[in-house]
Amino acid sequence: MNYLLRRLATFPLVLLGVSILVFVAIRMVPGDSITAMLGTEAGLLTPAQRDSLAAYFGIDQPWFVQYWRWIGGILHGNFGISVTYGRPVLDVILERFPLTLELAVLSMIIALLVGMPAGIYAATHNEKPSDLGVRIIAMIGQSTPSFVLGLLIIYTLSAGFGVLPAMGEFAPLWQDPLRNLSQLILPAITLGFAFAASVTRIARSAMLDVLSDDYVRTARSKGASARSVIWRHALPNALIPVVTLSGIEFGYLLGGAVIVEQIYALPGLGRMVLDAILQRDYALVQGSVLFIAFNFMIVNLLVDLAYVALDPRIRLGEQ
Amino acid sequence: MRILRAIFGHGSGRIGGLIVCVYLLLAILGLLGLTPHNPITQYRIDRLHAPGAAYWMGTDLFGRDVASRLMAGIGQSFTVAFFSVAFASLAGTILGLAAAWLGRRWDGVVMRIMDVLLAFPAILLALLIVTVAGPGTWTSVVAIGIVYTPIFTRVVRGPALSLKTREFVDAARTFGSSSRYIVTRHLLLNLVAPLTVQVTLALAWALLTEAGLSFLGLGTQPPAASLGLMLSDSRNLMETAPWLLIFPGLAIMISILGFNLLGDALRDILDPRMRRAFA
Repeated sequence: MNYLLRRLATFPLVLLGVSILVFVAIRMVPGDSITAMLGTEAGLLTPAQRDSLAAYFGIDQPWFVQYWRWIGGILHGNFGISVTYGRPVLDVILERFPLTLELAVLSMIIALLVGMPAGIYAATHNEKPSDLGVRIIAMIGQSTPSFVLGLLIIYTLSAGFGVLPAMGEFAPLWQDPLRNLSQLILPAITLGFAFAASVTRIARSAMLDVLSDDYVRTARSKGASARSVIWRHALPNALIPVVTLSGIEFGYLLGGAVIVEQIYALPGLGRMVLDAILQRDYALVQGSVLFIAFNFMIVNLLVDLAYVALDPRIRLGEQ
Repeated sequence: MRILRAIFGHGSGRIGGLIVCVYLLLAILGLLGLTPHNPITQYRIDRLHAPGAAYWMGTDLFGRDVASRLMAGIGQSFTVAFFSVAFASLAGTILGLAAAWLGRRWDGVVMRIMDVLLAFPAILLALLIVTVAGPGTWTSVVAIGIVYTPIFTRVVRGPALSLKTREFVDAARTFGSSSRYIVTRHLLLNLVAPLTVQVTLALAWALLTEAGLSFLGLGTQPPAASLGLMLSDSRNLMETAPWLLIFPGLAIMISILGFNLLGDALRDILDPRMRRAFA
C-alpha cells in the first residue's frame, strides 16, 4: 500500500517534466499554428484577424502565461482547443483512443495466444529441432519491422488473392463489430507478430529457468505428471517476465502505432499525434502526449502490482 | 581476438557476425559511391525495369537502380545507427556513472529526467525532436541518440551502484585512489561487458527507428536513398513493381536480424549467468 502511494506520488512530478518538455519542444518547431492551419489562405488575413485568432487560441500570450493557463486548465479538466479540429482537445483524443486501445488489446491477445504456447513448447523441447525451429521463427519475428510486415501482408493479399484490406470509413466496435474486426485484424496481426516473437522468447527462457529449479525437480520426483509440473508448478513462476514484457509493450502500443496506422489508414492516436505535430497544433500535441505518458505510467504501475499478485514473495519498494 | 573466436564459435554469433560484416562492406561501398550505378541517376528509358542483368534489383519509378540505392541506403542507415548509438551510449554511460557515483541528489535528478524521457513511446519522442530540428540525417542521429540515452543510463547505473559497494572499491579508496581513477578503472571496466551487449542490441533498434522515421518522411530526405524511404515509395507501386518492396524490406529485416543475433551471442559469451536464460 505504501509502495502504491509512493509510486503515485511520483506521477505528478514525471507528468510535470513531460508537460514542460513537450510544451517547450512543440514551440521550438519553426512556423506558427495559424499559418499551418490555414495554409496559403493565411496570407489573406488582415493583421487584426490574425491577432484575434491568436487571442482565441491563447497563443498571443508570453510562453509562461500560456504554460500557466494550460496547466491550470488541465487541473480543471480543460485541455484547451485544438486548432486543427476546432474542438476541445480531450474530445478529439477520446474519440481516437478506443481504436488505439482496441488495437493494443487485439495485438496483445494475438501475442499471448501465439507466444505463450510457443515459448512453453520450445522450453519443454529444449535443444531439439522443434525448439530450434521456434527460436528461429521468433528471432525473425523480432527482427521484422511492423511496416515491412504490414506492407508484405498488403502485397500478398492484393497480388495473391486480389483483395485489399478493409479500409474506408472506420467502424467503431459497438456500431458494427464485424466490420470493425475486419478492419483491425490485419493491423493487429502486423503489430502482434513481433510482439508474439518477444513473448515466445521470454516465455521460453523463463520457463527453462524455472524448470531447472529445485522445487520443480521435487515435484517431478514425487511423481507429478509432466502436465501438472508445467501448468501447476512451473508456469505461475515463469509468468512474471512475460507479464513485464507484455505490460511494457502494451503501454507503448497505447501510445498509438504511428506507422501501422499510417499503412492501414486507421484514425488512431498515433497518426493524430503525428498530424498534430506537423500542423503545429500546440494544444493537441501537448494534451495527447500528456495523455499517452499518463497511460504508460499507469500500465507500468499495474505491471508492478501484478508481480505481487503472481509472486507473494515479492515485496514492492524493497531494494 | 578471444572474443572474435568466441563469437564465431557460437551458433547465432557466427550467422549474426557474418550478416553484420556483409552489411558493413555494403555500407562502406555505398558511402564511397562504389555502387553498380549512380544511386540518384535517373535512367528514364528503363523506368520500373524488372530485376535483370543490367539492374540486379530492378529500377524504380524514376529509373534509378534499386541495388545501388539499396547500398547507398544501407550506408545512410548505418551512419545514423552508429552515430546515434555512439551518442546514446556515451551520454548514458556518463549520466549513469554520475548518478551512481555522486549518489543521492544527483541520482534523483538524473533518474527523474530519464523517467520523463522513458514516459514517451520511442518513436513519438523521436518524431517530436525531428520536427523541432527539421528532418535530416544528423537530426535523426540526435533524435535516436536522445531516445536511447535513458536505456544506457539505466544499464550503467544499476551495476555501477552495486559495484560501488564492493570491497575492491573500498580498498581502492583506502589506498588513496582518486574518484576519477576508481570510476574509470574499477567501475567502467567492469561495465564493458553489459555495455557491449547493449550497444549491439541498440544498433538493431536504431536501424529500426531510422527506417521508421524515413518511412514517415522525417528521416533522410530525397533524392538521397534510405531504406525506409524506398519502402514508403514502394507503397503505390507494389503490384506492378514488387521488387521495390521486397528488396528494401528484406534488407532492413536482415540487418536488424544480424545485430539481434550478434547481441544474443555476445550476451551468452560475456555474461555466463544469462547464458541459458537467453539462449
